[in-house]
Amino acid sequence: MKTDIIVSLENVTKKFKDGDGEFTALKNINLQFGKGEFAGLVGPSGSGKTTLLNIIGSLDSPTEGNAFVMEKNIAGLSHKASALLRNKHIGFIFQVYNLLPVYTVFENVEFALLLQDYNTSERKKMVMEALEWVGLQNMPDKKPAKLSGGEGQRVAIARAMVKRPEILIADEPTANLDANNAHVILQMMKKLNKELDTTFLFSTHDEKVMEYLERIVHLEDGKVVKDEIRTKVVAS
Amino acid sequence: MILAFQLAYRNLMGAGLRTWLNAAVLSFAFVVILFFNGLLDGWNQQAKRDNIEWEYGKGQLIHTDYDPFDPFSVQDGHGILPTSAKENLVPILIRQASVYPEGRMLSISLKGIEVPQEILGLPTDLLENSKADIPTIIGKRMATSANLKVNDELLLRWRDKNGTFDAKNVTIVGIFDSNVPTIDNGQFWIPIKKLWEMTGMEGHATMFISEADQPVDVPGWNFRSQEDLLRELSEIIEMKKASSSIMYILLLAIALLAIFDTQVLSIFRRQKEIGTYISLGMTRQQVVGLFTVEGGMYSIFAMVLGCAYGIPLLLYLSATGIGIPEASQNMGVSLADRIYPVYGIVLILGTIALVVISATIVSYLPARKIAKMDPVNAIKGKLQ
Repeated sequence: MKTDIIVSLENVTKKFKDGDGEFTALKNINLQFGKGEFAGLVGPSGSGKTTLLNIIGSLDSPTEGNAFVMEKNIAGLSHKASALLRNKHIGFIFQVYNLLPVYTVFENVEFALLLQDYNTSERKKMVMEALEWVGLQNMPDKKPAKLSGGEGQRVAIARAMVKRPEILIADEPTANLDANNAHVILQMMKKLNKELDTTFLFSTHDEKVMEYLERIVHLEDGKVVKDEIRTKVVAS
Repeated sequence: MILAFQLAYRNLMGAGLRTWLNAAVLSFAFVVILFFNGLLDGWNQQAKRDNIEWEYGKGQLIHTDYDPFDPFSVQDGHGILPTSAKENLVPILIRQASVYPEGRMLSISLKGIEVPQEILGLPTDLLENSKADIPTIIGKRMATSANLKVNDELLLRWRDKNGTFDAKNVTIVGIFDSNVPTIDNGQFWIPIKKLWEMTGMEGHATMFISEADQPVDVPGWNFRSQEDLLRELSEIIEMKKASSSIMYILLLAIALLAIFDTQVLSIFRRQKEIGTYISLGMTRQQVVGLFTVEGGMYSIFAMVLGCAYGIPLLLYLSATGIGIPEASQNMGVSLADRIYPVYGIVLILGTIALVVISATIVSYLPARKIAKMDPVNAIKGKLQ
C-alpha cells in the first residue's frame, strides 16, 4: 500500500431511514487509500460498496465517523465545499456512463473543464489529449446516442480523467460491457493509473475487474471482512 | 452565470423541436402583445393629434356656466369676453336648433365659429367664400345620418333674441371628413357673425379655442389646457388597454404554462443528468440556475423567432394600418377609418422585460426542487 494517504475513513457508519426504522448500510468502516492505488470494493449486492464510494466521492456523508478525502472531512462539508472537492479532485465513472445526451463527445469531456478556469484553447488541448488516452480522438463530434457501449464508457473515462483528478471512482464500470470491451476499458484505466498516478477506486462484483485490482476490500453487510493486497494482477 | 448560459444554450439547441415549439408559442404571445399595444398606442397618438387639430387647439376657454356634458347648460352658458383677452382666441357660440331634412325633424347644435380661422381643421373658408344666406358646413357622420350632400338646402329653426322661433333655409356648402365625432355628430357650423345676427347675441361666445399655450385667466371663464382636455381621451384608451390586456395575459399564461410544463417534465426526466452535473462538481444552486436560465432562454429564443416573422409583419401593419369598420367610428371617441400601430421603444423593451421575467420566474419555480434532490438517487435516475 502506498504511504501518501488521500482517503481515510474512521469508524464510518451510514444509516438510512427504512420505513419507521433504520437500515445500517455501513458499520464502523476503517480504511485508508493511498495515492496511485488501483483498489476495489467487492461484495454481494447490499454489502455497502456503492454507499462507501458515494461517501468517498462526497455525494453522500456518513451518519457517524469521519471520512477524510484530500484532507477534507466529508462529514462536515457544505454543499458548495463538497461540489468544489468533486470538481477539483474526484472523477466519476458510472455503470450506465451517464453521458449528457445533447452534447457531443467533445462537449461531454469538456464539461468537467468548463467548471474550472481554463480558457478555450487550454480546454481544447486537454479534451483532445483525454480523447487520445481512450482512443476516441477521431470522433469528437459524435453524439452519445451514436456510440457503442464500449465507446460510451471510454468517453466517460475521458470525462472523468480530463481534469486529472487525484481520485477516480468507478461504480460497476464494466457491468454493461461485454468481456472484450471490459478488458479494453480496464487496461485503459490501469494505464492511466500508472501514467497519471490517479487513485482508482472500484465497486464491483465482476471477476474480470478483480483480475486487475491490486487491492480488494471485501465488504459484507456493511462491514469490511477482508482487506487483501494482491501481487498477481493483470498488467496494463 | 456565463457558464449557465452556455450550457443552457447547448441543452436547448440539443433538445431540438421541443425547444422551438415552446419558443414559437411564447413568440406568438410576444408579437400579439406588441401588436395590440402598438395598435392602442397608434390609436392614442392619432386620436390626440385629431382632437388637437379639430377640436382642442392649444386649449379651450369655456364659460363657467357651460358644461359640455350637459345640453341644458347651452342656454345660459355664454358670455362676452373683454376685448383685451381675445388675442389668439377663436370664439365659438353654441345654440340649440332643429333642421328638417326630407321633412323629418332633427335636433342639432348650431355652432357659430369665427371666419376665417386657422387654429382648427374645420374648412371655414368655405363659409367665408359662400354667397348663401346661411352657409353651413357639416361632418360626414352628420351628412350620412341626415342623408345630406353639398348644395342641399334645408330648413333651420332656432330661437331669436326674443326667444321666439325663427326659421330659414341653410345651404350645405361643405362636408368635412374628420375622425373626431364630437365636432360632427348632430352639428351644423355657420359663421359666428351670422349666428350673432340670427340670435341677437352680438359678441357672445360659449367657448374660445386658444392658439397659444398660455392659460387665460378671466373671471367667469375656465381655461382648460390641451393636456387637460386630452386626459379624458387618454383615460379611455388606458381603460381599453387594461381590458385588452386580459386577452394577452391569457395568451402569455398559456405560453408560460407550456414552459412550466416542460420544466417540470425536464426535471422529472433528466434526474440522471442532474446527478451527473452534481457529480462533475456543480453545486445544486448552479444546477437550479442552469435549469432556470434554460427556461428563461426560451424567451430569448421566442424573441429571435418573434423578430423573424414579427418585424416584417408589424412593419407591414404599421405602414398599411388596420381598417376600422364604419360602425365603430360612431362610438363617440376619435377613431380613424385606419389605425396605424406605433411601436415605441418603451413598449418593445417593456414587452421584452415582461416575457423574459415571467418566463424566468415560471422556470425557477419547478427548478427549486433540484436543490432538495439527493444526488445519489439522482445519478441512478430514481424518482424523488
